[in-house]
Formats: sequence, C-alpha cells, structure tokens
Amino acid sequence: MTFLTWIVLIGTSLLGSVAGVLGCFAVLRRRALVGDLLSHAALPGLCLAFLVLGQRHFGGMLFGAFCTGLAGVGLVTLVCRWTRTKEDAAVGIVLSTFFGAGIVLSSVIQNQEGGGAKAGLESYIYGQAAGMVLQDVLWIAMVSAAALVVVVLLFKEFKVLSFDPAFARTQGWPTLALDLAMMGTLALVTVTGLPAVGVVLMAAMLILPGATARFWTERLGPMLVLSGILGAAPGTIGTLLSAGVVAGWLGFDPLAFGPTATNLPTGPLIVLSGTALFLFSVLFAPRRGAVARLWAAARLRSTTARENLLRTLYELSEPRLPDRPAIAVEQLLTHRAWRAWQARWLVRWMSWLGLVERTPEGARLSESGLGKARGLVRTHRLWERFLIERADIAPDHVDRDADMIEHLLGREIVDALEERLAAQGGPRDAVPQSPHEIRRTKDEGRMSKDK
Amino acid sequence: MAWLQSLSPDTETTLWVMLIGAMTNTACALLGCYLVLRRMSLLGDAISHAVLPGLVVAFILSGTLNVGYMFLGALAVGLLTSALTETLHRHGGVAEDAAMGVVFTSLFALGVILIKRYGSGVDLDPGCVLEGLLEFVDLNRVEVAGHSVPRALVSIAPVLALNLLFLVVFWKELLVSSFDPALATTMGFRAGLLHYVLMALVALTTVASFEQVGSILVIAMLIVPGATAHLLTDRLRTMLGLAAAIAVASAVLGQLAATRWNTNTAGMMSVVAGMFYLAAVCFSPRYGMLSVLVGNFRNALTIVREDLLAMLYRLEELAAERPLGPREAIQAVGGGVLATLGLWSLARRGEIQRDHSAVRLTERGRRRASQIVRSHRLWEAYLVRYLGLPLDHVHEPAAHMEHYIGGRLQEQLAADLEQTGTDPHGRQIPHGEPPPASGTAE
Repeated sequence: MTFLTWIVLIGTSLLGSVAGVLGCFAVLRRRALVGDLLSHAALPGLCLAFLVLGQRHFGGMLFGAFCTGLAGVGLVTLVCRWTRTKEDAAVGIVLSTFFGAGIVLSSVIQNQEGGGAKAGLESYIYGQAAGMVLQDVLWIAMVSAAALVVVVLLFKEFKVLSFDPAFARTQGWPTLALDLAMMGTLALVTVTGLPAVGVVLMAAMLILPGATARFWTERLGPMLVLSGILGAAPGTIGTLLSAGVVAGWLGFDPLAFGPTATNLPTGPLIVLSGTALFLFSVLFAPRRGAVARLWAAARLRSTTARENLLRTLYELSEPRLPDRPAIAVEQLLTHRAWRAWQARWLVRWMSWLGLVERTPEGARLSESGLGKARGLVRTHRLWERFLIERADIAPDHVDRDADMIEHLLGREIVDALEERLAAQGGPRDAVPQSPHEIRRTKDEGRMSKDK
Repeated sequence: MAWLQSLSPDTETTLWVMLIGAMTNTACALLGCYLVLRRMSLLGDAISHAVLPGLVVAFILSGTLNVGYMFLGALAVGLLTSALTETLHRHGGVAEDAAMGVVFTSLFALGVILIKRYGSGVDLDPGCVLEGLLEFVDLNRVEVAGHSVPRALVSIAPVLALNLLFLVVFWKELLVSSFDPALATTMGFRAGLLHYVLMALVALTTVASFEQVGSILVIAMLIVPGATAHLLTDRLRTMLGLAAAIAVASAVLGQLAATRWNTNTAGMMSVVAGMFYLAAVCFSPRYGMLSVLVGNFRNALTIVREDLLAMLYRLEELAAERPLGPREAIQAVGGGVLATLGLWSLARRGEIQRDHSAVRLTERGRRRASQIVRSHRLWEAYLVRYLGLPLDHVHEPAAHMEHYIGGRLQEQLAADLEQTGTDPHGRQIPHGEPPPASGTAE
C-alpha cells in the first residue's frame, strides 16, 4: 500500500466512523433523511462562498456550506412548526430549492470563469475520495474529535432528546439549543465529508451505520460505539477495494467485471460495503434479524400445531380414558381447521417424537403424549374457567379465546390460575371438566364447504 | 412578443424551453399533489436518484440508448425502490425514513459503479442527469407529422397525457385511498395496487423528464407545487389546478430569470417554485404564518381584554375603596404592550371609562364582564360538582376556560348544576342576558 492509499484509508475510516456515530441520533429521531437534506442544502453555500471569496478557499467554502446546510434544517423545523406542511414534504422542498439555487450559482460561476472553477465544485457533488491529501485528513481528524467531544459531553441530553423530547422540555432543558447543537454537529460532519464522497453518498454514510447498529443492540451507548465501528469498516473496505489492495491480497480482482478496467470510485464502494453489512444485519442479526424472526415464528407455529394435536387427541379419547383409543384422522379433521395432508403429516411427525402411536385405524396418544396432553388440556380449561368466572364470558364463547392463548401461558400464570380457582373450591390437581361440550366442531362453515 | 424579444434574443428557443418546462412541471406537479397528501413526498426524491442503475442496466442489456429500454429499466428500479423500502419497513423492522434512505443511496451508488464500468464513451453523465440541459432542448429535434419539434416534446407530451388520464379515470379511487386507505380497502379496491401504479407513473415521469430537465427539477416539481397548493386550499380539485398553475408559472418565470442572469434554467425553475412556496408559507390566507400570527395576536388581545373586564368587575364586587389606575390595571394582567393595547381597545369600544387616575366599567362593559365572570364561576362550580376537584384547584382552569365558554355552554352548565346562585367559593354568580356572540375568544 502506498502512502496515498494510507491517507485515503485513514480519512474515509475516520469520516465513516464519526458520521455513523452522529447518524445514529438522526436515525433514532426518525430524521434519517436530514443527512440528505444537509448535503444538498450545502451546495448554495459552497458556491456563495466561492463567489464572495473569489477563489477556492477550503475553510471558507466549508463555512458557507455549513451555514446554508444549517439554514435548510432550520427552515424545515420552522415550516413544520408553523404550517400544515408535513416534515417529508418540507425536507423535499428545502432540499430541491436549495440544490436548485446551488446549481444556478454554480452555473453563474462557470460562466464567469470558464470550466475550470466548476471542476472544483463538481467534486463536491460526486465526491473525490481518492484525491484526499494529508491536510484533508488532518481537517477530518479535527472535526471528528470536536464532534465526538460534543457527543460525549452532551450524551445524556442527546439521549433524552432522541427518545423523549417532551420529557426534555418538561425538565426545563433548552431543547431548541440542544437540537441546534445536534444538527450543527451533524452539519459540520456532513460538509466535511462532502468533498470525499459527494452529496448523495454522504447521506448514505450518515444513515447506514446507525440503521445497521440498531439491529444488534437496544442500548444507546453500545449502539453509538457499534455504529462508529460499522462506519469505519466500510470506509476501510471501500478504500482497499478501490485502490486495488484487496485484488493484490487475493491474487485476483473481485471487481473485475464489465468492459472497462478503470479503478472504481471510492465513495460508491464505501456505500455498497456499508449496504452489504446492513443487509447481513437485516438477515442474520440475533432477535431482530429476518432469519431469527422467521425462525421464532416457525417455532411458535410448530409448537401451536403440536399442542393442538395433543389436546384434540386427548379430548376425543377423554370418554374412554384411561384407555388410549385410536382416533381416525378424519375425526381429527372435524375438530380442527386442518387439511387432511396437514393432519397426516402432523401425526407422522409426532409419532417420530414419540408423543403419538400410529395404528391402522389412525393415531393414539402414547404414554408420554398422554402426560403432556393432560397438562395442555388442564391449562386450556383453567383459562376457560377463569374467563367464565372472572371475565364473565359465556361458557360457549370461551373455547376460542383459550385456544388462542393457551400456547403462550407460562408455568407461573398457570400456577396462579390454579391458586385462584382452588381458593374457590376448584379441583387442585386433576384435569378439570370442560365447561362446554367438546363435540362442537370449530370452523363449521369451512368444513361444510369442504364437503 | 416584443417584450419577450427584449428579454431574450432567441424567441423560438425561449418559447420551446418554456413549453417543455411547463409540460414537464405540470406532469410532475399533478402526481406530486398525491405524493404530498399521502406523505410520500420523498419517495419521488428516492426514485429519481434510484433510477440511475435502471438506466445503466437497460443500456447494458440492450446495448443502445433507446428510450423505450430506458423507460423499462427505470420503471423496474422505481418500483423496486418502493417495494424494497416497504419490505424493509414492514418485515425488516427498519424505520420508514431510514429504509428509504438506505435503499435509494445504495441503488445510486450501484448506478455510479455500473456507469464507471459500462458507461465509458456513452452519454450517461450523472451531471447531465442531475442538472439537465433544458437550455439546449431546442437543438435535438425530430420530425413529427411534417413538423420539426424538439425530441423532449415527444417524450414528455405522452407522459403528461397519461398522467392526466390516470387522474381522471381513477379520480375517485385516488381520492379515497389518499385520504382514507382503510376505507378504500373496505370499499373493495386495492389501495396497495393503486400505490404501485402511482409509483410506476412517478418513475415514468421521472425518466421522461430526466434527460432534458434533470432530476433536481423533477424532485422540486414533484413536491413544491403540491405542497404550495396544499397551503392554499382544502379541496383536491382546486389543489390540482393550483399546483398545475404554479408549475407553469415556475417554468415561464424560471426561464425568463435564467435568460436574464445567464444561468441554469432547471435550477432557476426550482428556485422560482421555492419562492412560490415561501410566499404561500408567509401569506396563505388560512395556513400562512402571517395569518396564524395575526390570529394568535387577536386571540391574545381578546383574552387580555376579557381579563381586564373580569378584574374590574371583581373589584366593583368587592367594593374597593379606591378605583384602579390605568397603570395598575395594566400591571395586574401581566403588563407589557399587549395589556396596554387591550386597555386602549376597551376604552375605544366604550366598555370602560378611563382617565389618568382611574379605570371604571361602563354599563356596557359591566354587562360583558358579568358574562365572563359568570362563565368562570359556572365552570368552577361544575368542576367541584362533577370532577370533585378541591376548591383551591378550580380557579386556574376556570381562568383558562372562561374565554371559551359561550352562551350555549353557559346554559348547559347552568342546567347541569343544582344551584346557580353562588360558586364554590360562596361568591355570587352573576346573571344577565347571554352574551351577544357565541364564543368570545377564538
């Protein structure tokens, strides 16, 4: 790796990291698109500063961008507060009008001085990460340090502002000033990043780490640290990919596609690396990820089906207990809204689990299945009795309610139900009598339609 | 046309730019009204950024810059943006704004990468996509029925017609699903499907406008005219008309201004539209800041006037030895410009008499004051009787409510209370004919 690559690497990683940390607050406050707004609204400031200063003065142009960016955010707040325009429309209006003004001004600059000056502005729109020099990195480091100091000092205030602004107001905090501090820091980071990654991709660098980190933690502190890391990682990966370093390590170029073999721009590669991390989290994060949630839902469904089968078998064989008669699958179907293949598959699966024995006539509960089923029926009927006695629901209406909730009742609730009902002279240990007739089939409409 | 010629030397070009700008703006603004009402304004922004990879993929697959393929590619990615945002939001548990932000920026990044790899030597410059080349719309011409017209006209005119047709045919469905999607579903048509048709049209309009006017103008026109019209009216029909008018006016004025200052036309049109919005924010008769401020001020003045009257009435009731001086009266209701103004306006209305040492109620003022005090004490009695509030907690809420209790409510309160002779503090509740207007403060 060359010295220049190191420079770019450090610059983009730092930038990604601090953008991620601040972007967290924007994401949490449902203002994810404020980054988009800031970076678009910065353009007229850049141009104005150029027109006023008459030359490409880095600090001056950033200051101009910072001012108009912040003015844009302020206008959105003002318009939302005073008129019926909603926040999304207000963001769109300010964004497009400011950016339009920026284009007008940059066109004026271009006509004044010929194409040369425009090239400088162009890099703010599309970004030129590879053109970063040591001075830029020092500047980014300074801004990052300042932004982090603000976040650390105002951590408690920002936290309350993000989760419960009304509470912050009732505590007498200067919410407007705090909001301004948060948005100001965000604006500072945004305009610092503009020359490197450009308008649209800067918005991505603010949103992606926060949105990704949200999948892995529920606490703000860890989320900030995590999104710092999740911002730096794409910066590093994107730069390495763009500079061809990864190709050097692997011995082949993973990005070798298409007819031309030019080096790909760093900004989009950074963003796409971030997108990859985001997608990975959407799919595989524990608890919040799609796979985990689908898995949990599937487990709940399978538990429900299993428990339904056991209880139905028990209730159908109840008159002949303690014998365990075989129940025909067709008879099962009159009691639950299963299709025939579902019921057969369920019986097969349960016999594999050892809860049900398959016989030529159909299925019967095994010893262990009977024990389990007894517990389930007990839960069901305890809840039914609770509904009848405490919630005053008619006996022929309780079956359905109990059927839906029985799978979710834990040991503790069942014990509590037992205590209460026992206190009123209910049975303590045996399976209580069903308060309603068992033979009534559910979903009668559907069954008759099937016939 | 002399005035036009004096502004810009090339009249025909100017007219073409105005016409095409107006058509594009109108096509966007009509759809934009629905985006604004459905709170999906930023979806237009997202789609117009996200179509970039669609254009490139269409180019890669077809190998040409054929407009038809471009349409298809952009349409597909436009719908994809909407669907991905929805999926991430609904099933991925990502907040809607963050989902949208992630999707369109990622697609844009993908588009830039694809352009770098496949677009070399092709006229797919992202700069042109952003800013547009509206100024040069006149140069690229095609023959239609023997007339030479700009190519942009051929691409935008059908889209405008399609948008209009869509609005007319699905007028009722769009109306219901924009204001009450749940009702739309119970009425038996698929609000979701309509949403995607709308998205498809947005994508289509975006692409059609793109090449000539640039995406920034499309974003501006999708949001600004609709939002401006929304500040001016409460009826959808009027809103659409106003939005179209603003769109056309932005095109005409934008072009004139751009010629005058020799600058980018599309950018100028966006700025002009923004100015229209700013004007509506300030001066809209119902929802503008000015009318809100004036309304608030009048309300505050009414309240301070009524507070003054009620205070003078109570002093009379207590048979104070010394009448209140004007300065004391002003201090007693909080002081400041508002209180001074309130006292002055009471004197002007003939409800008080004032000289440098004393302020007294006139007969007319006493009648009005007795109504306010009656409202106050009835409300106190009501709070004690029905809400069971302790005696020392009822004055403050009554002091707020007294300004809003009109004649009807007074009657109802009196009917609900067993005795209306005295309030819970034992003070007399004044009688008198009900106040002339129903509410006092707004």
